Amino acid sequence: MRGLPPVLITAIVLVAGFAACAMQFPNIASTRVVGNLLTDNAFLGIVATGMTFVIISGGIDLSVGSVIGFTTVFVALAIERWGVPPLVAFVAILVLSAAFGAAMGAVIHVFDLPPFIVTLAGMFLARGASFLLSTESVPITAPVYSTVSDFALRMPGGGRLTAIAIIMLVIVIGGALLLHLTRFGANVYALGGSRATASLMGVAVGKMTVKIYMLSSLLAGIAGIVFSFYTSAGYSLSAVGVELDTIAAVVIGGTLLTGGQGSVIGTFLGVLIQGMIQTYINFDGTLSSWWTKIATGVLLFAFIALQQGLVALARRPAAKNAGAAI
Amino acid sequence: MQNSLDPAAPLLEVRGISKSFGAVHALREVDFTLRAGEIHALLGENGAGKSTLIKVVTGVFPRDTGIVRIGGEEIAPRSAKAALAAGIATVYQEVNLLPNLSVAQNLFLDRQPMRFGIVREGEMRRRAKALLADFGLDIDVATPLGNYSVAIQHVTAIARAVDLSARVLILDEPTASLDRHEVEILFRIMRQLAKRGIGIVFVSHFLDQVYEISDRITVLRNGGLVGERETASLPRLELIRMMLGRELAGTTSPRASAGEHQAREVCASFENFGKAGYVAPFNLELRHGEVVGLAGLLGSGRTETARLVFGAERADCGQARVEGAPVRLHSPRDGVRHGFGYCPEERKTEGIVAELSVRENIVLALQAKRGLHRPLSRREQDEIARRYVKMLDIRPADPERPVGLLSGGNQQKVLLARWLATAPRLLVLDEPTRGIDVGAHAEIIRLIRELCDDGLALLVISSELDEIVTYSDRVVVLRDRAHIEELEGEAIDVGSILAAIAADSVAVALEAHT
Repeated sequence: MRGLPPVLITAIVLVAGFAACAMQFPNIASTRVVGNLLTDNAFLGIVATGMTFVIISGGIDLSVGSVIGFTTVFVALAIERWGVPPLVAFVAILVLSAAFGAAMGAVIHVFDLPPFIVTLAGMFLARGASFLLSTESVPITAPVYSTVSDFALRMPGGGRLTAIAIIMLVIVIGGALLLHLTRFGANVYALGGSRATASLMGVAVGKMTVKIYMLSSLLAGIAGIVFSFYTSAGYSLSAVGVELDTIAAVVIGGTLLTGGQGSVIGTFLGVLIQGMIQTYINFDGTLSSWWTKIATGVLLFAFIALQQGLVALARRPAAKNAGAAI
Repeated sequence: MQNSLDPAAPLLEVRGISKSFGAVHALREVDFTLRAGEIHALLGENGAGKSTLIKVVTGVFPRDTGIVRIGGEEIAPRSAKAALAAGIATVYQEVNLLPNLSVAQNLFLDRQPMRFGIVREGEMRRRAKALLADFGLDIDVATPLGNYSVAIQHVTAIARAVDLSARVLILDEPTASLDRHEVEILFRIMRQLAKRGIGIVFVSHFLDQVYEISDRITVLRNGGLVGERETASLPRLELIRMMLGRELAGTTSPRASAGEHQAREVCASFENFGKAGYVAPFNLELRHGEVVGLAGLLGSGRTETARLVFGAERADCGQARVEGAPVRLHSPRDGVRHGFGYCPEERKTEGIVAELSVRENIVLALQAKRGLHRPLSRREQDEIARRYVKMLDIRPADPERPVGLLSGGNQQKVLLARWLATAPRLLVLDEPTRGIDVGAHAEIIRLIRELCDDGLALLVISSELDEIVTYSDRVVVLRDRAHIEELEGEAIDVGSILAAIAADSVAVALEAHT
């Protein structure tokens, strides 16, 4: 299947890295640590799923970190200051973020602008708007928050699979199904192959673009809600730079930054690799947390180089012999 | 069905189509008729209007005037998708499919068999296999299309088009990147489809293939219709004459006699110069004060020769000499260093920088030649720009105007000025009069003669035979990427050039059949 070789490499890196960590700190190989890893990176996994669609379609979405930040502030203020029931606040912010993404997609398509610029504008817009709402951290004390935070499935070995980790897993699986099994998913790949050709072949490119960015922003909104559960607060400076962590996870997961190839599962593995490095650093105790960034950087370089190699290989007409098959 | 085809009515009818881009008339009152079940070749040189006609008919470009009917019904598609819905499918030379998707996904994109919102992958593959089997293709349809050869990609594109119930199939240079065996497969498929009543428009510059496969031929030239003929009753010489123009009027200008040429100093010479698979090795001498014309059909190796001479393409055999001394010509830089200049055919994409001003465009090559550490002062730039604007009569005479806003003829002059500013010894002009209006046309030709009188050596490519005959001291005739004849002095006229092209193509055709 397409995208499998890079995904396989990502999986090998993850397993090998995990084995190496476990050798040094045997405690890492426990459901407790794995459960925490899933919880800590739940928001990242959700937003990276959306980013995978965007990048496979040949685009990029720089606004997701800001949308997460805005969402936490909005939700916190709505619940704590404006007295809105949490569920209503959630629905409102999801509608809002979906509309935000749809608007960016529409601008990209209608004015034929580079997604980089449009979503960069979206990034500043959303971050600025969250500062407008509140510049300080707003703690959330609603009972639903403690209920959700306390909820967890017990795993064998004492690990806790928290509600937000479950949400993330459901979204990753749902995203993978959407990408690989539906017409929408096929069109995402088609757009990444070539927008012009996809359009000639009958794909409604404009609608697809709007839907893809809408999906990305919607998932960023959900990630924002999850993040507010995770921190029990809303803060306009939360999730700064998360868009870059997200892109890194997607690329490490084997998705081509130029579009057309990739998978949600790969992205999920990419998120786990980043989480694993973070966990290792926590266990070590002496390393600065910035080593996460350095390790991520090195991995990114390695994967981009690897992809270029694979792309170069694929470009060579490997099937000259297949021509004789007719 | 209500709109079932009346067998007498043409399948596709194009009447009086015109299309202009700015001041350039790309199509003028063109008619085209395609019958059901025929293979109809659409021929013409570069810029004749073939692509424009296809794009207008398929809705990629809006048309200025004229009507298109399919099966007697008028259609006005606004997009390729709408044209497809009306039954017109186009397969371009650059296959318009998605190499990153599987063959099956390519065949059924946006119309996959579905169940509960989920693509039935197995069913889709089964259908794709069955569809391709119709075309004699048995391949793994789950593999990405990009892994297969261009021939298979073409067949896939055709299969998709036909499966979308196309009644008219337009194949734009489908054989350009296929080998002989693959061409035969494609032709077999084309004949099968024609038998099923599909009308096929075949655009190609391989005349042998046109004679092999087509029933009728329509020739365009300079955006106008030259004529429509039965292939069987159209002699090859007549066809070439239709394509290259038949103005045999006595446009002969005073030309130096053969004896004088020998007296002229050789500026650059090329011995056994060539590149495998690009142009067969040739010998060419370019002398000061002399215009050498390169004549031949599209794809005959004219531009390729020019690019080798300039160093834009690296020759793999032979020796180039400049003023008698052997030189290395490995890159355009080498060419510029030896005092060569090259005005490419694709002015817009390879020549001018539309956003920059006339002045900036003119000094570009000179600055490049001097190197970055010796910048031309603004005063020098202004001086140079003013001189050439005046000398070549570039209009409007405003050196600060962005070149993109000038007409085609004036853009061409700016390009000329760019190279003249470097004081070249040899200038290569590829289709210098393409796409410019008649007045500017004459002026460019006058300029070519003048430059030559100043001692420059010129190598000029043109599809306009009467034009080449007017200004050339010698004419090299090309065919199938080889130099086949060199005409000189009195021997240069349109008839003998045509004869040279046609004679050889007949020979080649005979060869191919034996």
